[in-house]
Amino acid sequence: MNFIDFSLVDWSRAQFALTAMYHWLFVPLTLGLSFIIAFMETIYVKTGDEEWKRLTKFWMSLFGINFAIGVATGLIMEFQFGTNWSNYSWFVGDIFGAPLAIEGIMAFFLETTFIAVMFFGWNKVSKRFHLLSTWLVAIGSNLSALWILVANGWMQLPVGMKFNPDTARNEMVDFWAVLFSPMAITKFLHTVASGYVLAALFVTGISAWFLLKNRDVKLAKRSIVVASAFGLIASLFIIYTGDGSARTVAQHQPMKFAAMENLYKGQQNAPLAVFGILKQDKTVPGHKKMDFLAEIEIPDVLSYMAFLDPNAYVPGIYDLVHGNPQHGIPSYTDRTESGKTAIEALAAYKNAKTAGNDSLAKVSLITFEKHYPDFGYGYYAGRDVHELIPPVATSFYSFRIMVFLGIHFLALFLVLLVLTVRNRIENKTVILYTALWTIPLAYIASMLGWIVAEVGRQPWVIQDILPTIAAVSQLKSSSVQLTFWLFAVLFTGLLIAEIGIMTKMIKKGI
Amino acid sequence: MFESLSLLSLQQYWWIIISLLGALLVFLMFVQGGQTLIYSLGKTEDERTLLVNLLGRKWELTFTTLVTFGGAFFASFPLFYSTSFGGAYWVWMAILLAFVVQAVAYEYRRKPGNFLGQKTFEIFMIVNGLLGTVLIGTAVATFFTGSAFSVNKMNLLNLSRGVMPIISEWKGPAHGLEAALNLQNLILGLTVFFLARVLALLYFLNRVGHAAIMNRARQQLFHNFIPFLVFFLAFAIWLMLSPGFAVDPATKKVSIESFKYLHNLIGLPVVAVMFLLGVVFVLLGCLRAITCFEKCHTKGIWITGLGTILLVWALFLLAGFNNTAYYPSTYDLQSSLTIENSSSSHYTLAAMSYVSLLVPFVFAYIWYVWRSMDKKKITVEELQSETHVY
Ligand code: HDD
Ligand code: HEM
Ligand code: HEM
Repeated sequence: MNFIDFSLVDWSRAQFALTAMYHWLFVPLTLGLSFIIAFMETIYVKTGDEEWKRLTKFWMSLFGINFAIGVATGLIMEFQFGTNWSNYSWFVGDIFGAPLAIEGIMAFFLETTFIAVMFFGWNKVSKRFHLLSTWLVAIGSNLSALWILVANGWMQLPVGMKFNPDTARNEMVDFWAVLFSPMAITKFLHTVASGYVLAALFVTGISAWFLLKNRDVKLAKRSIVVASAFGLIASLFIIYTGDGSARTVAQHQPMKFAAMENLYKGQQNAPLAVFGILKQDKTVPGHKKMDFLAEIEIPDVLSYMAFLDPNAYVPGIYDLVHGNPQHGIPSYTDRTESGKTAIEALAAYKNAKTAGNDSLAKVSLITFEKHYPDFGYGYYAGRDVHELIPPVATSFYSFRIMVFLGIHFLALFLVLLVLTVRNRIENKTVILYTALWTIPLAYIASMLGWIVAEVGRQPWVIQDILPTIAAVSQLKSSSVQLTFWLFAVLFTGLLIAEIGIMTKMIKKGI
Repeated sequence: MFESLSLLSLQQYWWIIISLLGALLVFLMFVQGGQTLIYSLGKTEDERTLLVNLLGRKWELTFTTLVTFGGAFFASFPLFYSTSFGGAYWVWMAILLAFVVQAVAYEYRRKPGNFLGQKTFEIFMIVNGLLGTVLIGTAVATFFTGSAFSVNKMNLLNLSRGVMPIISEWKGPAHGLEAALNLQNLILGLTVFFLARVLALLYFLNRVGHAAIMNRARQQLFHNFIPFLVFFLAFAIWLMLSPGFAVDPATKKVSIESFKYLHNLIGLPVVAVMFLLGVVFVLLGCLRAITCFEKCHTKGIWITGLGTILLVWALFLLAGFNNTAYYPSTYDLQSSLTIENSSSSHYTLAAMSYVSLLVPFVFAYIWYVWRSMDKKKITVEELQSETHVY
């Protein structure tokens, strides 16, 4: 017998989180910088001005350094589903594998092939073909984001599939439903936009540094114009799609939403907590309730934001755990029982099938299908249902900081664009320093976004269907610990090398 | 179009595609082979840089083929993905780590401020060249030798308190490392290693405009061709003589059958032809380059490359077709994976088949770009005028 090994589950989660966050350190810059380079090269080809070519090449060399390590970390992500989440890979491979394969065929080859032209083809192919290649690299990398985010969106909202009791796993029944799931679409748009914003901040920040040092002034200003215009549009779009993301979460992942808002008791006309300080409510021992120590709130706004209706009812953590018959919400205890029934009915179906008892098989199947929406809860039968609550404070703070930073970025782009176009940017030291120091903030915002998305849905790998404890591979916890540290050391070493090379490159000038 | 095919035909179609991707991967591993030769061919810093840059323009193609191979395997045969990757953990982790370090090696090697130093990144390349080829070879050999694991889907439904609901369990003590220590597996691993080096040498001969390197490459070719031939023959003879894992088409029961792979070769004439043509092409390309008979041939990479693709493709087909278990379990024969019991559903395979129609377009633009970028041989002088150099 292999007993559930929580330390194995936790180390596997830690390893996934570590590698995902490392991957995500590099990906957004690729997504956005590839477009910024393409814009610059387009201007070069249109005007024939060699200075634009020099500028394009400068940003391209930074792109290359970042790209290499993005690829290195991506490889681990792909194979980790097999190595560390093997049950998951079987359970949903039918649906989840397809986007990964399509990503390879459609996106990665496009990127890889044309990146060679982009870097080495300046003297080998025509100007136009070179420009086309640069655009194809940008399109290829953004296509790869599409497919992986479709996969991730599907995990948050499993649509277009049906459980097949004979093979004991989920099978795709509607490819288009998977591709056009509202969750996947908002996720894709919001995430690529976050990449554009981050890359724009990267470019404006470095250009601001050149201005502060009074070097390469002309080209730095050109970079600021291109990047801040791009960033401004992307910032507006990020707010729009972020709002859309929050709404899809409210509809489909009410627990994540309640955690993001620290909404303990559900209510109509729910107010929005613009900001608050949380403290653990110690009155109920062993309970995870968080209270507001201080808070700024606007009445009705949360209901409106979530359901476009100020009177709408927004369920809280308490209602989701303990049920709320008035609003038709079953309790977690009901759902774990129902999930257990589903699992047992499936076992009964399988046994009846083997024994050749068709009528019993039929009855069991009907029971199973009725209870399938709670399947994953079954693994928590007999356990403390409070384990099903995600970390509230993490979700709450992460979400708020991301949103505040989003507004800060918007304002910064606006100021930078106006000042540069009016040619008044050069001696605005405070603004230039702000732009420089916003580079790390861009990374923080982007990382926090994923924390909201991923921490908020714990313990589900597939919402309501598969919890982490039923998804891992059968390994020794010590093995996963070892690989965790291997990755931690290796990636950190490579990151240091990357930053070192980038800084040297930037100091060399455009 | 694809919807009307039977499930079995789709499974076979996807096994053919996976096999082709595997074959392309082995061909493209000339990059890995080349990485192990940088020091023996390049005596000066300039020469080494020339070689690194030659490989550096192709490494991503190999890497992406590996990624796509993985993704396509996941999508079409998910049970393999979960059983093998989760089970033979350490072999796959070693392979992954070897490729991670490769991905940064080219770009970072000579850049100022790289903190680990140029040597480290060159060692990364050698590690990747050695482990990448040998371990992938041993992993593929387990398609014929088997591994110790069990698969029981009912485990998912086990709710006894505290028991882990795991489908695939690995019984091998070392989580995959045992596969790398098995002699037969290792023989295939070394075959791949020397083949990758042979291919690399042929690639260099084709692309370098540098007389001293060309001469060294020609000598090295001979030194690598001989071990390749020895290991390859050892593996091929062993394979033809050894028992294999047969599936009864009616009952789906797996049993051991003597001379199974020989029977497959005879039972699948197309595969037999591919196999033989593959051997002939591989040898022909090498021999023409080594002997310099009449003239010194430099196009060996194409003919040996084609041979490699045919040969590896045929090997994968032998493993999966003709009622054979392609991922056999030595612990519990009935847990062995076949293309029928480990695949995705009819719907997914059909949907993916439409995507596979893009593959010829992908080949077309790769070929076009390769052609327009590789019109001239690379020389040290040319590199000095480039702006982006590894
Ligand atoms: C394609 C799917 C996918 C994608 C694109 C991401 N993740 Fe994720 N993430 C998972 C699929 C997933 C998962 C496999 O479903 C995990 C593993 C265990 C789990 O609960 O969910 C997970 C867990 C997980 C955790 C652990 C949360 C916890 O256990 O409390 C963190 C912090 C992240 N992810 C962060 C990220 C970041 C920063 C990403 C940005 C690239 C990211 N994820 C992309
Ligand atoms: C579990 C999740 C993920 C997996 C399995 C994954 C897989 C991979 C792999 C295998 C590569 C290397 C491809 C190559 O050979 O060129 C890669 C690179 C890349 N990935 Fe991911 N990835 C994941 C998450 C993401 C996310 C969330 C995004 C974007 C929103 C993304 C965007 C990219 C991009 C743009 C690249 C190109 C290289 C670079 O980072 O600069 N990936 N990824
Ligand atoms: C006003 C601004 C913003 C709002 C309202 C907003 C809203 C959201 C919401 C609700 C999610 C969670 C989606 C989910 O759980 O599925 C999310 C995720 C995310 N956010 Fe934001 N966000 C904003 C700004 C930003 C900024 C400025 C960045 C980075 C530069 C960013 C990067 C991300 C990322 C990378 C994710 C994860 C991907 C996703 O789930 O869509 N966001 N955002």
